Amino acid sequence: MTPAENKDLRLKAVQVREGVLTSTHGAKAGHPGGSLSSADMFTYLYCKELRIDPKNPKDPNRDRFVLSKGHTTPGLYSALALRGFFPVDDLPTFRHIDSYLQGHPNMNTVPGVDMSTGSLGQGISAAVGMAKGAKVTGKDIKVYTLVGDGELAEGQVWEATMFAAHYKLDNLCVIVDINGLQIDGRTKDVMNTEPVDEKFKAFGCEVIKINGHDFNEIEQAFAKFHENQGKNKPTVILMKTTKGKGVSYMEDKAGWHGKAPNDDEYAQGMAELDAARKQIEQEA
Amino acid sequence: MADIKKVATRDSYGNALKELGAEKENLVVLDADLAGATKTGVFQKAFPDRHFDCGIAECNMIGVAAGLSTMGLVPFASTFAMFAAGRAFEQVRNTIGYPHLNVKIGATHGGISVGEDGASHQCCEDFALMRTIPGMTVMCPADDIEARAMVRAAYEMTGPVYMRFGRAATPVFHDDNFKFTIGKGEVLRDGNDIAIIANGIMTPEAIDAGNALAEIGIQARIINMATIKPLDQDLVLKAAKECGKIITVEEHNIIGGLGEAVCGVISENYPVPVKRIGVNDVFGHSGPAGELLKQFGLSADNIIKNARAMCGK
Repeated sequence: MTPAENKDLRLKAVQVREGVLTSTHGAKAGHPGGSLSSADMFTYLYCKELRIDPKNPKDPNRDRFVLSKGHTTPGLYSALALRGFFPVDDLPTFRHIDSYLQGHPNMNTVPGVDMSTGSLGQGISAAVGMAKGAKVTGKDIKVYTLVGDGELAEGQVWEATMFAAHYKLDNLCVIVDINGLQIDGRTKDVMNTEPVDEKFKAFGCEVIKINGHDFNEIEQAFAKFHENQGKNKPTVILMKTTKGKGVSYMEDKAGWHGKAPNDDEYAQGMAELDAARKQIEQEA
Repeated sequence: MADIKKVATRDSYGNALKELGAEKENLVVLDADLAGATKTGVFQKAFPDRHFDCGIAECNMIGVAAGLSTMGLVPFASTFAMFAAGRAFEQVRNTIGYPHLNVKIGATHGGISVGEDGASHQCCEDFALMRTIPGMTVMCPADDIEARAMVRAAYEMTGPVYMRFGRAATPVFHDDNFKFTIGKGEVLRDGNDIAIIANGIMTPEAIDAGNALAEIGIQARIINMATIKPLDQDLVLKAAKECGKIITVEEHNIIGGLGEAVCGVISENYPVPVKRIGVNDVFGHSGPAGELLKQFGLSADNIIKNARAMCGK
């Protein structure tokens, strides 16, 4: 990745984060914390990695993305809007009555959403089914799914992982957002899921560990996923992140898992993001 | 019906999948380590590349089926009713029902006639659970011929379907000219004194009861209602109007199943007395299927007894 590309992605990620604040502020509800920890990943997936076409969102040959941690719709919708699947101006209608931007992903109302999710542990199974379906129909389709670290306590995640390894689904990329926090507190205190890397390795996956806020590392991880094609193993990217990343008062605070910013907090957050944008723009 | 051919509808399911699989290349079958019991093993033998064993992990199987269906495949997800409708209820509700995906659930070993395995495996709640999911089609065939026709009809419609099949061999009373339509009940015997609406393995019992009642001067209308949802409301209301009283019979808890579906329609439109025959809100227990059915009142004798009481004869 060239420095210019890296800069461009970081600027786009600022826009995705602004969308997270705008949608949750507009809804007076929603999940900003985990949306912000995954914002750089959403940005990279929708701006660079996925083979998708906003003009043809149901293209049968497109890559698929399943948001297994479905509550982080603010991040997903913001990235979809940025990529042109629907107007960015619609983000403030998020969670409003009669809005197509449902609280959790709805594949039948939101352009670009490949699977309705929200009940944790279930999205990864659907992604596994898609990857198997691509294999059965002989199509070169990659399937990506984003899982939360708290979500790893759902037994179904491991049922799905077992299936993916058993059926040699090397076209599947499971991304785990390890922000270390869940609703009730630190993941290590609520239900310790570590060692996550050892668990996925023991289940038969190729495991890659990265900093989820570094676009160079994200790019390299996906390069390895592509190299893994033909190796008969699913790829798991474990990305270490900070919950609430980019908005100072939300960073590493469990309390911002499912709470919307009020007017003052929104103004402060948007000002911080604008300052971050200006700083990136000023780089040589 | 002692002399006629008997087939378990789980066998019909496996045979129908094999037959349909030869015609439809996008049909795939999933199982959860029960291929020998659900009879999807018959399909597996013929089409090993289109049969995916998920291991003992029903919740994941339902999600995998959902994913497969978005790739242009038509998955038939198969396990016991207890695990398909019970254990994986929320997966069926959220990952198949809510997005209205084209997944067919083939649930075998429904009801108390599972027999010796006992209460843990005798699912008498599946109609109730599946009926509450918006857009879900819920069906239970009465014999081999209807079961095979149902599997084909399920493939041919778009949208989620739940089908319950039985473990025990039961009489085959339809002939090869039988035409099955989803959402349509079938009048097997005419009569205006009382209507008996049954499905699954209770339908042959209702036929027997109808014949016996005729001998004592009660002309019962016998209706086979394989589709519980969407219910054939016209046929139910016609029976209410012309017969004036109704008995429902199902191998299911009397709460939430066919009986309450029938009650819902007539109480809102044309109230008449209804007696629900089913499992009376108790768990089953181990025993031979035939003896259990008698013990729990799921028999022609109990239908006759109730019909006589309602008709005052």
